[in-house]
Parts: sequence; structure tokens; C-alpha cells
Amino acid sequence: MASRREFLQAGLATSAILAGLGLSNWSRAMAQQALTQDRLLQFDDFGNLTLIHVTDAHAHLRPVWFREPDTNIGVGGAAGRVPHVVGETFQKMFGIAPGSPEAYALTYPDFQALARTYGRMGGFDRIATIVKAIRGSRPDAILLDGGDTWHGSYTSLRTGGEDMVRVQNLLGVEAMSSHWEFTFGTQRVKELIDKCDFPFLGANIYDAEWDEPAFEPYKIIQKGGLAVGVIGQAFPYLPIANPKWMFPEYSFGIREERMQEVVDELRARNVDLVVCLSHNGFDVDHKMAGRVKGIDVILSGHTHDAVPEPVLVGETIIVASGSHGKFVSRVDLDVQGGRMAGFRHKLIPVFSDVIAPDPEMASLIEEIRAPFKADLGTVVGQTDRLLYRRGNFNGTWDDLICRAILEERDAEIALSPGVRWGASVLPGDITREDIHSVTSMTYGQCYRTEMTGETLKTVMEDVADNIFNPDPYYQQGGDMVRVGGLAYTIDPAAPMGSRITDLRLVAGDVPIEPARSYVVGGWASVNEGTEGPQIWDVVEDHIRKTGGAGQDAPVSGITVKGL
Amino acid sequence: MLISRRGVLAAGAGLAGLAMLPVAVRAQDAAAAAPAQTADEMIAEFTGGAQVAEGDGVKLTAPEIAENGNTVPISVEAPGAAEILLIATQNPTPGVARFSFGPLAASQDAATRIRLAKTQDIVAIAKLADGSFVRTAANVKVTIGGCGG
Repeated sequence: MASRREFLQAGLATSAILAGLGLSNWSRAMAQQALTQDRLLQFDDFGNLTLIHVTDAHAHLRPVWFREPDTNIGVGGAAGRVPHVVGETFQKMFGIAPGSPEAYALTYPDFQALARTYGRMGGFDRIATIVKAIRGSRPDAILLDGGDTWHGSYTSLRTGGEDMVRVQNLLGVEAMSSHWEFTFGTQRVKELIDKCDFPFLGANIYDAEWDEPAFEPYKIIQKGGLAVGVIGQAFPYLPIANPKWMFPEYSFGIREERMQEVVDELRARNVDLVVCLSHNGFDVDHKMAGRVKGIDVILSGHTHDAVPEPVLVGETIIVASGSHGKFVSRVDLDVQGGRMAGFRHKLIPVFSDVIAPDPEMASLIEEIRAPFKADLGTVVGQTDRLLYRRGNFNGTWDDLICRAILEERDAEIALSPGVRWGASVLPGDITREDIHSVTSMTYGQCYRTEMTGETLKTVMEDVADNIFNPDPYYQQGGDMVRVGGLAYTIDPAAPMGSRITDLRLVAGDVPIEPARSYVVGGWASVNEGTEGPQIWDVVEDHIRKTGGAGQDAPVSGITVKGL
Repeated sequence: MLISRRGVLAAGAGLAGLAMLPVAVRAQDAAAAAPAQTADEMIAEFTGGAQVAEGDGVKLTAPEIAENGNTVPISVEAPGAAEILLIATQNPTPGVARFSFGPLAASQDAATRIRLAKTQDIVAIAKLADGSFVRTAANVKVTIGGCGG
């Protein structure tokens, strides 16, 4: 750590004052003091500009349980580097005591017990309190939203994302980027943008036909005598990872040259600071920071990583602020002579039992939820175990979903998308809202089809390469497709085409035959015209029939080798 | 269904897909005067066996992952070049285009959309004004997609 600090000081201008990065303050405070709102928000103002970053809330208006991953394999240069560090290794890397509030917030060990101790995290009424408190001491603070805000809950699906725009407007968001927003379809995205009191930015969103920019690439925000250039970067692989027929007008991509061009344009307009509000995912941002010159700060979203300290690449800092409303990042910057001369950062954990809800936001959330109250609260069944999703391979929520597909759709094999969103459920009641948290989407049809063993292997290899390709620019930022009825061995470091071996049916433990056809059920197909019942109905039916999640027979068998 | 894009690619191998891309097709026809030529043969013919330097002098812009393998936007630029040869190394017919720039050309760049049968390297070789050759390549992945988080 010491050498990294020295590097920070050496790498930035000489006036840099780096008295205590966020985490060290936070760790100490947590270890020594009881959790209080004042302690969580404690921050010695620094420099002349404050950025506030929220991202990837996935429309979770209310506080949630969210277990961080137990497996997050980094390949190539990313191996062993944040965010590819989990559990005890993560705790050691950042000096976090096991069982502490930060261990609960940032890592998975003892999650269930610690969840009972420290309570749910997030909630936009709590986030509003934090934003107001920061603005209280820094009225010119700039609030930026990294996207994946409109999608992911029962209320967002039912209101077509409008609930979240109302929340963003009340919160005072000043610019946003995007990803799942586009799964509402082009028309709806345009309608919602009209309702936003702030710009929807996307330097890498192009008109698919004319190959020219289709959205505002950046916004220059004038605050406190400074001109801050904020560039929006949408998720580069939207038309590949999500159904492009829903937004056929647009083309995306990393478009590194475009990013450089836009940075240069901002520099030519003499901005004091260049901020990239990115939905690239952490590893892509890390690579981009080393290749595009002139970005001071990358506010990183998409891969849902909560990283306690900014990561420095050249003279660019990367700040990643987690997901589901669990964290708010505050970054104070000393901006001098058109560049960042120093920074102070804190990843503020949103402990919902400690931070008081903001009454105004709480009442808006109440109003949004009121028409759906009965649906949201409907208890569908019980679970005798923690249900979670996040991690490179099947979580317990995925096991339950895959079992529901196998049994309700009478399939031999179930495939469930490796998305990183969806809150956890502690043992006890499962509500309809809980099911929507892990399934809600505009293309949730649960299909039933046939695939040969060979096709299945191709699909698995393809998805694995989207996660484990050693070049981050070829990664899409999700996790491995979840499977039911299927066992396999994976070697993430192997080349594409040879990562997946020993594919077997769990039933009977027999090898998958390349030429045989298998009945496969799944959901979240990117193809237009997919037919089937909505996945949340399939899951609800299954839970009602079986009473809940409690079966012990394994639904999948995944062996990871070569680590 | 996750797999149909690959199905589309396979089915599109006939005439329907080609009809959408008149510019690229004409270019490909021109480059593929000898249809059975491999990528290496085309390069050898273009350079006449001369040495080819890697890197600076020719720039190829292509998406890392194709949004649609049937129409992948690419552009190539080589300041001062007389000619640029563009090859899709793993296509059944590797030739994509051979651009010639006259002495009055204001800039030596070209953009088109090409069709890729599968994940592969696109290679651009420029013949510079002094008769020397430079080469660059970009890997474009053609994927099934469908599981982004």
C-alpha cells in the first residue's frame, strides 16, 4: 500500500494532498465507533470540487440485502487485482476486520449472520439524505448516475421506468449513462428522456444506419467557478447482450477513438476537469484509462464492484460504487490549472438502519409503491436458506430459478442468464417483490426448445469467452450462464473453445452427447418473438407448488479448474 | 432462443445477405478476381513479396465484438498511401477490398461494412508513396451474446 500511495503523490501534481484515502478513515471510524449517521457521513472537505456517484441501483427503491460475490475470477492482467478479489482476501487487502460493518457491506463471509446484525442497505430515501448532507457542506457538488437505474424491479416494470425518473429528478441527478434503460425500447427511452431534468449522455451511442453520434456525448457543468466536462459512456455491448430488436436504431461499442476525440474536444474547450461517467465495466475502464489520454476521473459502473479506494491508472482515477443502492461515492477533488491535483474519496455504505430516510424522498417512494402494495407484499412461499445470485457461477437464487424452469417447463436442461442484478433473500418469506428483483425485465418469456449437445457446448463456450477473455475489451461484464440439470468443468484461463469440458446431465450422471437433442428451457432470450410464460410467473408457480426453496438435491454441478 | 444468430449467419451464406451490401460486394468481387486465392496469396500478390512492416502508417478501426456479423462497419486510414488492401482472413473468400488513391486524393481513408463468417482477424496492408508496405490487424469477434449483466 505504501508504495501505491507514494506513486499517487508522484503521479499527480506536486500540490496533491492525500491525507488519508477514504478507506483508511472509514475502517478506523468503523472499528472504533458505533455506527452513526454522522460517522458514516464524516468527511473533511477537500479541494474545490465534489463529485457524488451512484450507479446500478437496478430500480431498487427500498433497502435490500445484497450478498457480494464469493467468486469473481480475473483473467490475464486482472488476476488478483480489484475487483477480482473476494472474501477474506479482500478483507486482508483493505484491512477490514471479519465481522465488521465493512466486512458485511463489501464481502460475503458470514453474510447471513451479519445481515441480521447490520440490517439492509440502500434505499433512495437514505441516499437522498446522504446527497443532501454532502450538498449541505458542498453546495456545488455534482451528482452523477452511471445508469442501470430504470430497470430491475416490479415498480419499474409496471411504470415503464418512470418511477425511477421521478426519483432521479427529486434527487437532483445532473447527468446519467445507460444500459438496461434501452430494454424499454427506443420509444420509451425517448419518452423518459423527455421527463428527465438532466441530460442522458452517450458518446458511444451511434445511429446504426448512418454511423454517426445519436446522443449528446457530454455536458459541460459549470460549478463553483469550474467547468467540468462529463462524458457519458453507455454499456458497449447492448445490442449483443440485450435484444437489439428493441433499439434497432442504435449501435454502441467501446469506440476508444471516439472517447479520445471527445476528451480532446473538451480539452480544446478549456474545461477544468474531464470526468467519464462510464457503464463500461471495471476491467474495460481500467484498460481504457491506460489508452485514452486526458481523463481525470472515471466513475465506473456496470460490473457492480464496490471498490473501497480509487484505482489509479496513469493520471486517471477509477471510482467504482457498487450496486443496488448499497453505496454512494463521494470524491473531493483539488482542481488546478485544468487538471486534478489531488483527491479525497469515500465509498459511503448506505446502512439503512443508521441513515435516516429523507422525508420528501420517502413519501415519493411511498406514492410510487402505493398502487402495487398488495402485489409487492404478497408472500409466495418460504426459503430455508439464503437466496443470492451474485458470483461467477450459480447462486442459490439461480438454483431455485433453474429448478422452477426444469419442473414447470418439463425440460432436461435449464439456462438462466448470468446477470449481476437481483437482491438476496434471508431465510423466511419470499415475496412477489423478491422474485421480481431477480427476474424483472421486458423480455422475460420462459422459452422451451431443443438444442443438440454440440450447440449447448457452443453456447457455453461463447458465454465463457464473454466473461473470461483475457482482453477486457472483449468482455461483456456479466457472469457465467446459470444452468440446471447440467454439470460441467470450466477452465477460465483456457482459450475459447476449450474452457468447457465434461458436460453431463445431472440426472443419471451421463455425458452430454454432441449429436443428441435436449429439451432446454430458459429465459431472457435476445431474439424477437420468443414465446412462453413470464419467468416470474414460472418461479412463483413453482414456489407455491413446492412451498418454497428447500430441496437439497443439487440442480447443477460446476467444477472450476486451473485456478 | 440463444442460438438463432448463428443460424442466421449460416442461412445468410446465400444471396440474401449479400444483396444488402452492394458496396462491399463490389469491392469484394474486385479483390477476389481469383476466387480461390487464400489470404496469404493475396498479400503476396499485393506486395510482390516485399517486406511488410508492422504498425504505424496504417490504422484500422473495427468493433471488438460485432453487433451483427452480416454488416460490420470498418474503416481504414493510411496517410499518403497509394493503395490499401483489406482482408478478412477467415472468410471463405478473404478479399474485402483494394482501395487505390490517386495523386489528387485529399485523404487516404475509406469506410465500408463487411460480412464476417466468424471471429477473425481483419488485416489491412497499405502501399505507401515510397513503395514500402505497412500492415495492421484487428480481431473482430462474432458472438452469440445474450447474457450481459
